[in-house]
Amino acid sequence: MAKRIDISGLNAYYGSFRAIEDISMAIEPRSVTAFIGPSGCGKSTFLRTLNRMHEVTPGGRVEGKVMLDDENLYGAGIDPVSVRREVGMVFQRPNPFPTMSVYDNVAAGLRLNGNYKKSELSDIVEKSLKGANLWNEVKDRLNKPGSGLSGGQQQRLCIARAIAVEPKVLLMDEPCSALDPISTLAIEDLIGELKERFTIVIVTHNMQQAARVSDRTAFFNLSAVGQPGKLIEIDDTERIFSNPSVQATEDYISGRFG
Amino acid sequence: MHRRLEPHAACGSADRRTSWTYPRKLLTLPPPPLRPPTPTRSPDADQKRAARGATRPGDRVFLGLSRGSGIFLLVIMAAIAVFLTYRSVIAISKDESNFLTTLEWNPTAAEPSFGIAVLVYGTIVSSIIAMVIAVPIAVGIALFITHYAPRKLGGPLSYVIDLLAAVPSIVYGLWGALVLAPQLIGLYGWLDDYFGWTGILDWQGGAPRSLFTVGVLLAIMILPIITSVSREVFRQAPQMHQEAALALGATRWEVIRMSVLPFGRSGVISASMLGLGRALGETMAVATVLSPSFEINASLLDPGGGTFAQNIASKFSEASEMGRDALIASGLVLFVITLLVNGAARMIIARRAEYSGANA
Repeated sequence: MAKRIDISGLNAYYGSFRAIEDISMAIEPRSVTAFIGPSGCGKSTFLRTLNRMHEVTPGGRVEGKVMLDDENLYGAGIDPVSVRREVGMVFQRPNPFPTMSVYDNVAAGLRLNGNYKKSELSDIVEKSLKGANLWNEVKDRLNKPGSGLSGGQQQRLCIARAIAVEPKVLLMDEPCSALDPISTLAIEDLIGELKERFTIVIVTHNMQQAARVSDRTAFFNLSAVGQPGKLIEIDDTERIFSNPSVQATEDYISGRFG
Repeated sequence: MHRRLEPHAACGSADRRTSWTYPRKLLTLPPPPLRPPTPTRSPDADQKRAARGATRPGDRVFLGLSRGSGIFLLVIMAAIAVFLTYRSVIAISKDESNFLTTLEWNPTAAEPSFGIAVLVYGTIVSSIIAMVIAVPIAVGIALFITHYAPRKLGGPLSYVIDLLAAVPSIVYGLWGALVLAPQLIGLYGWLDDYFGWTGILDWQGGAPRSLFTVGVLLAIMILPIITSVSREVFRQAPQMHQEAALALGATRWEVIRMSVLPFGRSGVISASMLGLGRALGETMAVATVLSPSFEINASLLDPGGGTFAQNIASKFSEASEMGRDALIASGLVLFVITLLVNGAARMIIARRAEYSGANA
């Protein structure tokens, strides 16, 4: 059920400002693809074009093609809402719904998508929480508010909420940047497990993290502030971190800038 | 620990030195003799003042002013309560019939007889009608302005809504009596035709100067306050929770239902209570529109009834001493009702504080 993503000629704009320019790449199913690059190079913007969240920003506009297997997400007659049900997302700051319990948070997406029987619902909630390695920590407090968990637990709760609806692709926008090292480790382990079932795309500022969790790495850069961000190269993670084909990539990963 | 701190104290960090010397001084001082406090303050008091930031003249002045304002408010509230209670007790002790259940208002008769039943009924019923009409519309307008309208439309719309709040209530009253009431005849007939059997919406064909018309007018009057408070609350709904809902594949309405409304819930309740407060106490508009009588009609559409504020306004100028005291007693009841309503609202808000947006 994991799907391949093929992006070609993608441009994204904020009003008249072009944030990313002419990006083409392929993202393999059942693998982790990491986006790295300096701040402002458009990684997050690009990630948000993959589930049509970019258009939510006032003035946000996208040109180009994003093929999810053989369906163009930006094709005529495609409903952004149904795209987001196929492509899940985890955000930088853990954002469980503060007014909902742990259980209701995980069930939130399911309740949007259709009618489930109570028993089905609790089965899926349990499965998703187990899938997010959170079940043992919260099984006794499913009816407590989700905002009462620790930051790392909240982020795993958000992952459980995202995978509960069985998306084809899981996008993660710096999912560990607000977490402590132990919670980060837990999430990274989890990403390793989840890639068996989903296509995972992760934006990270932490190059070691990209090296640890990803199979493929894409390096983005911008020529100057105010210029659009571009894809410099995408390759196997090992190659990017040992022998990249572009000088700028090597400069970035060896810490010469960024 | 002690050794490591020593150099700091020596190199002159004033705070640290004082905090180290205090305990020693206290230990060596003899227990203070029992005597009235002298102008020299104990080091403890000085430290407390320092902690409040009240050592510099500017801070002291400001502390005095702000504390004075707080005390002033309490004094005023207490003064009002004492005044109302004192005069009310005088009036109620002379009342020959039951103050709570009597359906007449004759405080000047040889045997004074007056009661607030009609006023309680009229005030609460007209306010409930106003809330039932105004709250959903206000929430709808607030959501439209914050989440649906293009910015170019939202700004002017908010402005117009706020402008409604600036219209004096007597103007609403005149408009209600001269324009709104005649226009409602059609609606009254329709309600009577289809819902007359309920008794509540039965209409005998009198002038539409009834509690229902008052409720509609009050709804218009409290709309701006509820709208603008709700609007500010909805505007603050965290972007990250709205995005969380969107990313799960929520439609715009579902985003509002999952993240905006739960976040704004307590704010909308507070806004409604502000509106209710105004509706309960509204005087001139009600006095202008309602044709009052001291009876309780089951029908909301038939003229008659009255509210606390309307009754006071229309009777106060011609009332004798005793009549004034009786009106003041009714004012005290309104005061208590408003207190109870506010208390109930606070309880509703506090009951789910654990789940509020505040601990996001």
